[in-house]
Amino acid sequence: MTRALALHIAVLVALFAAQYFLPPYHHTNIARIMVLAVFAMGYNIAFGYTGLLSLGHALFFAAGLYATGLGIELWGLSAGPALLLGLLAGVAIAAATGVLALRTGGVSFMIVTLMFAQAGYLTILYFGAYTRGDEGFVITRAARNLGGVDLSSDTPRYFAALILFGVGLLVNLALTRSNLGRSMIAMRENEERSRMLGYNPFRIKLTALVISGLYAGAAGAAYGVLFGYVGASFATIQYSILPLLYVLLGGAGTTLGPFLGALLMFYLIDISSGYTTAHLFVVGAALLVLVLFAPKGILGWVRDKGAKWLP
Amino acid sequence: MDFGPFLLLALMEGMVMAAVLALTAVGLSLVFGVMRVVNVAHGEFFMLGAVIAWFVTHYMPGPPAVGFAAALVICPLIVGGIAALSDTLILKRLKYDPEATIVATIGLSYIFQQAALTFYGPDARPVLAPFDLRIQLPWFGYSGYKIAVVFAALAILMAVWVLITRTRAGLIMRATQLDRNTARAFGINVDRVYAAVFALGAGLAAVAAVLIVPIQQAHYLMGHDPLLLSFIVVIIGGLGSLRGTLVAALVIGLSDGVISVFFSPTLAKILATLLVAMVLVFRPQGLFGAKP
Amino acid sequence: MAAIILSARGLTKHYDGIKAVEAVDFDLTTGQVHALIGPNGAGKTTFVSLLSGRIAPSAGTIRFDGIDITRLPAHSRVARGIAYTFQITSIYANLPVFDNVALAIQRKGSKRLQAETMAALSRVGLADRADQIAGTLAYGHQRLLEIAMGLSMRPRLLILDEPTQGLANSEIEAFNALIREVTPQTTVLLIEHNMDVVMDLADQITVLNFGEMLATGTPAEIRANPAVQTAYLGG
Repeated sequence: MTRALALHIAVLVALFAAQYFLPPYHHTNIARIMVLAVFAMGYNIAFGYTGLLSLGHALFFAAGLYATGLGIELWGLSAGPALLLGLLAGVAIAAATGVLALRTGGVSFMIVTLMFAQAGYLTILYFGAYTRGDEGFVITRAARNLGGVDLSSDTPRYFAALILFGVGLLVNLALTRSNLGRSMIAMRENEERSRMLGYNPFRIKLTALVISGLYAGAAGAAYGVLFGYVGASFATIQYSILPLLYVLLGGAGTTLGPFLGALLMFYLIDISSGYTTAHLFVVGAALLVLVLFAPKGILGWVRDKGAKWLP
Repeated sequence: MDFGPFLLLALMEGMVMAAVLALTAVGLSLVFGVMRVVNVAHGEFFMLGAVIAWFVTHYMPGPPAVGFAAALVICPLIVGGIAALSDTLILKRLKYDPEATIVATIGLSYIFQQAALTFYGPDARPVLAPFDLRIQLPWFGYSGYKIAVVFAALAILMAVWVLITRTRAGLIMRATQLDRNTARAFGINVDRVYAAVFALGAGLAAVAAVLIVPIQQAHYLMGHDPLLLSFIVVIIGGLGSLRGTLVAALVIGLSDGVISVFFSPTLAKILATLLVAMVLVFRPQGLFGAKP
Repeated sequence: MAAIILSARGLTKHYDGIKAVEAVDFDLTTGQVHALIGPNGAGKTTFVSLLSGRIAPSAGTIRFDGIDITRLPAHSRVARGIAYTFQITSIYANLPVFDNVALAIQRKGSKRLQAETMAALSRVGLADRADQIAGTLAYGHQRLLEIAMGLSMRPRLLILDEPTQGLANSEIEAFNALIREVTPQTTVLLIEHNMDVVMDLADQITVLNFGEMLATGTPAEIRANPAVQTAYLGG
C-alpha cells in the first residue's frame, strides 16, 4: 500500500472515529463539511487538475439539490431514485454547459459559466410556483429514508456523509493516478504540447467538467436528503465562490485539499461569527490573502516543501 | 392607459435605465480595455457610490439640492480613491494575471459589501432628489428628475469621450491600451495610468449610482444587478470598444425596461444572461470589438 | 517509384498581407530523412506548423498516406501518426521527466507504462533523471526530452524543428545515431541550421526562401545548386 493510499485511509478512519468523540453540534457540522467537501472535490477536478476556472458550479450543485428535492416533494419519488436523479441532473447540466462553454477559454469561460449559473438561479425564481423561489421548501422527514434508514437523524446522516465522502475521495485518488488524470493535468500545464501529443483538448476538458458535475450533483442531492432543505440560495454566486475558496485554501490540485479547505473555512466563519457578524469580510479577506500570498494553498505548499508524493 | 402611451412610458423608463447603465458599463469597459482585467467588484463601486451619497446628503445641511450636488462630487472622488488603492496594493502585486485578478476582485467585493453592511446597515434607505418637478405629458405625468438623469448621463459620457479622444491623458490611456510595453518604453508610467484608469472606471460607476439613488434607494446588495448588466453590455458591445458599449447599453437598457414593464423582470434577466453567454460562445468579439 | 507518405500542393499561409508560405508543392518519401533548410524567416517553422496542423492554411492541400488531412485538427493528425517537436522547447516544465514521456507513451494504450517509459528515457540517456522536474533540466537535456517524447509516440512521420540547437557535440552524435536507428520505419522531416547534421543525415534536402521552395534534391545536388549557394550557403 502506498503512502498516499495509507494517508487517505487514515483520514477516513479518523473521520469515522470522530463521531464517537464529537459533541452533537460538531457532529452535524462535520457531516455538512463532508458533503461540501465532495462538492469542492468536484470543483478541484475541473479547476485544480484541469485548469478550468469556473464561476458557475453552483448550477451543478443546485441541479442535484433541486432534482432530488423536487423528485421527492413534487413527483413522489423515494430517496433512492431521487438521489440518482440528482446525480444525473448534475452530469447532464455539466455536459450541456461544457459543450457550449468549452468553446471559450480563460476569462470568457469564467464569465460564460457565471452567466449560466445566474440564469439557473433566475430560472429557479421564475418557476417559484414549483420551487418556492428564495424561500425554498423542506423535504418531509419521512421521505429522507434510504432502505429503512432514517437519514435525518444524526448517526445515519454522519455515516451517509462519510460514505459519500469516502467514495468521492478514493475515486479522486484513483483518477489522479490514471491516464485520464494525467492527461487532465497535461491540459492544464501545457495545452499546446498536449494537442501535439494527440490529446483532444475539448474532449478532455468536457470529461473533466462532467466528472466535476457528477460530484457537485451528488453533493447537492445528498445535501437535500441529509439536511432536508432546498432553497434558491444554493444556486447563487456564493455557492460558486465557496468551492473555489475551499480549494484555494486547502490546495488546488491536491486530493485532500478540498476537504481541508472546507473544514478550515467552515470553522473560520463559525468561530468569527462568535465575535462579529462580519463573516462576509472573513471570506473576502481569505480570498485576498490566499491569492496574494498563498496561491498554492496549504497542501500545495506542503507538497512543494518536500512531500512530493502527496497526490 | 392605452398601449401606445404605455409603450412610451416603458421606453422612457428604459432610457433612464440605459443612461445609468451606459455610465456604469463604460467604466467597466475602460478598465477592461486598457488594463485587460475583469473587475468583479465593479458593482460594489456602484453600491459604495450610492451608500456614500446617502451619508453625504444625510449629513449635509441645507436643501436637498446642495447635498446632492456635494454627493455628485464627493462620491466619485472617494470611490475612485478606494479603487486606486485597491489597484496599487493588490492588483499590481498580482501583476494583473487574469484569473488571480478575478479572484482578488471577488474578495474585494465581499469586503466592500461587508463594509456597507457594517456602517450603513441592512436596510434600504431613500435619498431625496435634488428637485421635485413633474412634467405633464398628454397621457401621464413623468418625473422631471428622471429626464434630467438622462441628460446628465449624456453630458458625463460626452466629457469622457472628450477626455479619451482629445486630451493628452486620453492619448496616454489609449497608448497604454495598445501596447503596454511600448508605452513603458516611451516613458509612460504604466502603473500610474492603470491606477488612474481603475479609479476612473470606479468613479463612473459611483456617479451613475448617485444619479440613480433618488429613484432607487441605497442598499448594500444593490451592486449585483448593475454588475451583471454592465457585464452583459460590455460583452455584447465588444470588450474594449466604447462605441459598442454605448450601443449595447441603449439596446439592453431599453429592452430590459420594456420587457420588465410588459413581462416579468426575472424573465428579462434570464434572457439577458443567456444572451451574453451565447455571444461569448459564438461571437466573442461582440458587436464592435476586434476578433480575438 | 518510392512511396510518398506526405505531400502538399499549393500550400500557402498569409498573415495580413505577409506571405509566410507561398504556394509550396512538397513530397516526402517514406522512410527518408528529409531536411528543410533556409535562412531565418524563410517560413520553415510556419511550413511544418501547417503540416502538423498547428496553424490553418490560407490555401492548398495536404495529404498523408493518401488521405486529405487539410481540414483535420492537430490532435487528429497526431493520432494518425504525425509527431512534432517544437522549435522553442515545449515540455511540461512543472512535471517530472517521467510524466513527460509517460504522457506520450500512454497515447499508445500501453499495458506496461512504467517499463516502456523508462526504456524511452534510457534511449536518450535521461533514465537517471526520471524524477527530476523537467523545467530544471539543462536546456540540451530538455531538447533530448522533447525528442524522447516525439519518438515515444512511435510515429510514422516525425517532424523535428531545430532539434540539435543547444546540444553539445557528443549529444549531437548521439542524436544522429538515434535518427539513423528510427528510420526507415519512421520518416523524419527536420528543420536544421547545423549543416554538418544535415549533410550527415539527410537523404533529401529542400530549401525554402521567402516562403517559397527554392530547390529540392540530394545533398550533392543542393550543394551544387548555384541559386541555393547565393541565397543560403554563402556561395
